[in-house]
Amino acid sequence: MSLIEGKTGNWEVVIGLEVHAQVVSQSKLFSGAATGFGAEPNTQVSPVDAAFPGMLPVINRFCVEQAVKTGIGIEGKVNPISVFDRKNYFYADLPAGYQISQFTRPIVSGGSIALDLPEGRSRTIGVTRLHLEQDAGKSLHDQHPNLTYVDLNRAGTALMEIVSEPELRSAEEAGAYLRKLRMILRYLGTCDGNMEEGSLRCDANVSVRKPGAPLGTRCEIKNVNSIRFAMLAIDYEARRQIEMIEEGGIVKQETRLFDSARGVTRPMRSKEQAHDYRYFPDPDLLPLVLDPAEIERLRAAMPELPDRKKERFIQDYKLTSYDAGVLVSERLTADFFERVAKGRDARAAANWVTGELFGLLNRAGKGIEQSPVSADAIGALLDLIADNTVSGRTAKDVFAEMFETGKDAAAIVEAKGLRQVTDSGAIEAAVDRVIAEQPEKVAEFRAGKDKLLGYFVGQVMKATGGKANPGTLNELLKKKLSG
Amino acid sequence: MSIDKATVAHIAALARIRVPEADLERLAGELRKIVAWIEQLDEIDTSGVEPMASVVEMTTPQRPDEVNDGDCRDKVLANAPAASHGFFTVPKVVE
Amino acid sequence: MSELCDLTIAQARDGLRTRRFSARELTAAHVKAMEAARGLNAFITETPERALADAARADVRIAAGDARALEGIPLAIKDLFCTEGVPTTAASHILDGFKPPYESTVTAKLWAQGAGMLGKANLDEFAMGSSNMTSYYGAVRSPWRRRGDDRPLVPGGSSGGSAAAVAARIAMAALGTDTGGSIRQPASFTGLVGMKPTYGRCSRWGIVAFASSLDQAGSLTRTVRDSAIMLRAMSGHDPKDSTSATLPVPDYEAALTGNIRGLRFGVPKEYRVEGMPAEIEKLWQTGIEWLRAAGAEPVDINLKLTKYALPTYYIIAPAEASSNLARYDGVRFGLRVEGKSIEEMYEATRAVGFGDEVKRRILVGTYVLSAGYYDAYYLKAQRVRALIAADFKRAFEKVDVILTPTAPSAAFAIGEKMDDPLAMYLNDVFTVPISLAGLPGISVPAGLSAEGLPLGLQVIGRAFDEETVLRAAESLERAANFTARPPALT
Repeated sequence: MSLIEGKTGNWEVVIGLEVHAQVVSQSKLFSGAATGFGAEPNTQVSPVDAAFPGMLPVINRFCVEQAVKTGIGIEGKVNPISVFDRKNYFYADLPAGYQISQFTRPIVSGGSIALDLPEGRSRTIGVTRLHLEQDAGKSLHDQHPNLTYVDLNRAGTALMEIVSEPELRSAEEAGAYLRKLRMILRYLGTCDGNMEEGSLRCDANVSVRKPGAPLGTRCEIKNVNSIRFAMLAIDYEARRQIEMIEEGGIVKQETRLFDSARGVTRPMRSKEQAHDYRYFPDPDLLPLVLDPAEIERLRAAMPELPDRKKERFIQDYKLTSYDAGVLVSERLTADFFERVAKGRDARAAANWVTGELFGLLNRAGKGIEQSPVSADAIGALLDLIADNTVSGRTAKDVFAEMFETGKDAAAIVEAKGLRQVTDSGAIEAAVDRVIAEQPEKVAEFRAGKDKLLGYFVGQVMKATGGKANPGTLNELLKKKLSG
Repeated sequence: MSIDKATVAHIAALARIRVPEADLERLAGELRKIVAWIEQLDEIDTSGVEPMASVVEMTTPQRPDEVNDGDCRDKVLANAPAASHGFFTVPKVVE
Repeated sequence: MSELCDLTIAQARDGLRTRRFSARELTAAHVKAMEAARGLNAFITETPERALADAARADVRIAAGDARALEGIPLAIKDLFCTEGVPTTAASHILDGFKPPYESTVTAKLWAQGAGMLGKANLDEFAMGSSNMTSYYGAVRSPWRRRGDDRPLVPGGSSGGSAAAVAARIAMAALGTDTGGSIRQPASFTGLVGMKPTYGRCSRWGIVAFASSLDQAGSLTRTVRDSAIMLRAMSGHDPKDSTSATLPVPDYEAALTGNIRGLRFGVPKEYRVEGMPAEIEKLWQTGIEWLRAAGAEPVDINLKLTKYALPTYYIIAPAEASSNLARYDGVRFGLRVEGKSIEEMYEATRAVGFGDEVKRRILVGTYVLSAGYYDAYYLKAQRVRALIAADFKRAFEKVDVILTPTAPSAAFAIGEKMDDPLAMYLNDVFTVPISLAGLPGISVPAGLSAEGLPLGLQVIGRAFDEETVLRAAESLERAANFTARPPALT
């Protein structure tokens, strides 16, 4: 358990997260308007989204399926009957004056998320519930000195609110929770997880207590839009609360905002008024009833999720836990790796993907889906190493060129004459030549300066244009030098 | 609890309806009367009865995920008391 | 007044098809009547040009032998239905200047059957009222008068403008909405047939919402046959309304066989409420005798929770309304009263934009939903509602329809009952239980009070069995032979 040291001793931080994940869908939860990000203001708004008089909601089947899939993915219980309630409050970008949400009967109850922590540690965090609700629009406060501009494009887009139990105990765990949840959502294709665009947002409930003491008063930090900020905000907030208590103050239950520029949290003025959401079942909608056969169909069609995949990579491919973890972090990466590894040395494939490929992709600022080298092309290169056509060292140069030009490995090897020399006669000649040219070094070696072996290897490689088969070279060199 | 001026002021604030101080007492009286009248429901034993949110004996219908609405900004903004640059505008909101 | 205005829809339909008159003539006569009767204040927006253009198109269809069910029939539309490009006010200041960019499903269905629109009829603000006194656009006057008393009377409400327009022979029929009696009670007050179909029979899409679990569109007509014609045109599944029934729509006119032999009709003794005028009790007895004489069999039934229906309704309807009316905030449509902050803007807009009765109901609704009270009021009411619905279900195991009075009194004068909201609420004592149970109900003019004012009887049916309701109603209509007309028209 990670504790924070205060003046009066150690403190435990208690964190619960409410994640709002925008559902990937073409149209909105209750209207046929489009959901894409970045459109001109108010161009993706139907009269339903703008809550015009007499407009009524009809639920999007696909959004329901997305929530069911996510519920299964976090090992929750999908409820055959759930109910939509109205959450009543006034806000400029909440057109109806209420948000359609699920309060008493969510679509998913319970669930859990396994955290991957440093040094291979792991913890399982309980999920209380997942429910479907509408997103609000966006208010722009900085466009005009005394007006707020309201864009309803986002209003009515489907959200999944995923609520964790207050079981997280550090900013680090909160970060790991968010990373794992995002990973699962991306695997399922139910949320793109893009925090910059706001498709994944997080509210953090933070309180502190002395270990073993009852729960302290919590503050809710609203709408944090990156994992790093969430961690910074939690850390700041925990320390703020500890300081306040240690100085004899009392933590006030309130809603706060994280100011990422200053790295602090501050009370949210618009939430000062006591809220009373007056939830009641939305009379415009009837209970959402799911056919058990439909739930089973979705369950059967679930993709393999990261935890299971990682386990399989370790088992079947004999990968290290670390490599497996890196490879499963994105479904595309895992698929890419498996395609490279198919019928080949899996550990070599893992090394090439996590080493060479990731290195070049990182430098180019590209994701794996933009890789100029396909999995099959890397596989072909690995085959050239395996059958001794090229050495591992040469292969790295070949790969760099593949990445640069998109050409395949065999063509580059042929065009540049990089095929490695395995003819022991040719290598032997080169060895003989080097030994003859460097009598002093040979004498030193023979006198016991073993380290010079590397030097000789380099010289012979140079003489063969780097194409000598390293095994043959080593063998011959050792024999001749000692002879 | 009986409805007093403070109760009326509180619910009026929740409902975002400005009620002049002078009207609070009158409204409190009216509401007290209405609420006392609806409280006759307490005479009925409803234990074990499921609340009925709708008379419709159906489940909610689900529509396919198709874009067939929106993309009508002019229509959406045509009735707005104030709009600018394609946005609705309101007095500045402080977060 | 042109005799064309005295025709029923069924008669006009025949006249148009046999070319005794044109749709233009028919509509022009009604437009003239509308202009002549402006003193009733039945309309918030008159659309005579539109009506005449609709009629001209109807004449083309009729000439081509291609007439539809309501071809050339001029109607009044309660101003709660959104009509594309035509101001829609809900009789509220807060919807100032609002022109919907869409057409309600029910009005669209009427236009698709060839009907024309004379205008948008006045109503109680947001349909909250039983007198049409709460309209921002002023009270509607009924064309009826008490014998020897010239004080103007209310037409009932909330569909008061619709009722006045049809009773005064301005419109051949009118569209109304009924949440707790808003079609049936004004029908009873003005000597009309007022039908509230089963909840879910007509789409709510495009109707300004009052209480979503109760609101239902219906019609005010001068005959049961016209009611059947209107209902068929208005009904049907709407994929845009999640509460819309997926059932097929019967040919309601064909259900009017005139034969109710063997029909069992329930007479609930709990409807003999304290203080009910003797003449209404007597009318009810007469109705029972009429149905019996036509071969139907009366059955005593119990609707034990009848007296609890009103308080139940006055929890549920305001609760839903408080939420439904939150969208009137001065941001996207309608009235805005400026303020320094958005909160000030909201509070000023809603204080100025809503009338007293609407505010009262929003406050009651907000209160019963608020923290600490939800279980005691709202949930309790939903439980009682379940019991009320169960009572009806049990009754309908024994009977096919139920016969009751529509309202506990005849129309009252403008200004009466205004100082006590609860006294006003009692107007709906016989109609509200049916609304809570979502059942179809129709009011049929059955006689006159001692003062010479119309009184209606209500026929209630099983869910989605409007056919039997209409058949029984037609039988009552025939027996009652209600021919009285508002004094101004005689």
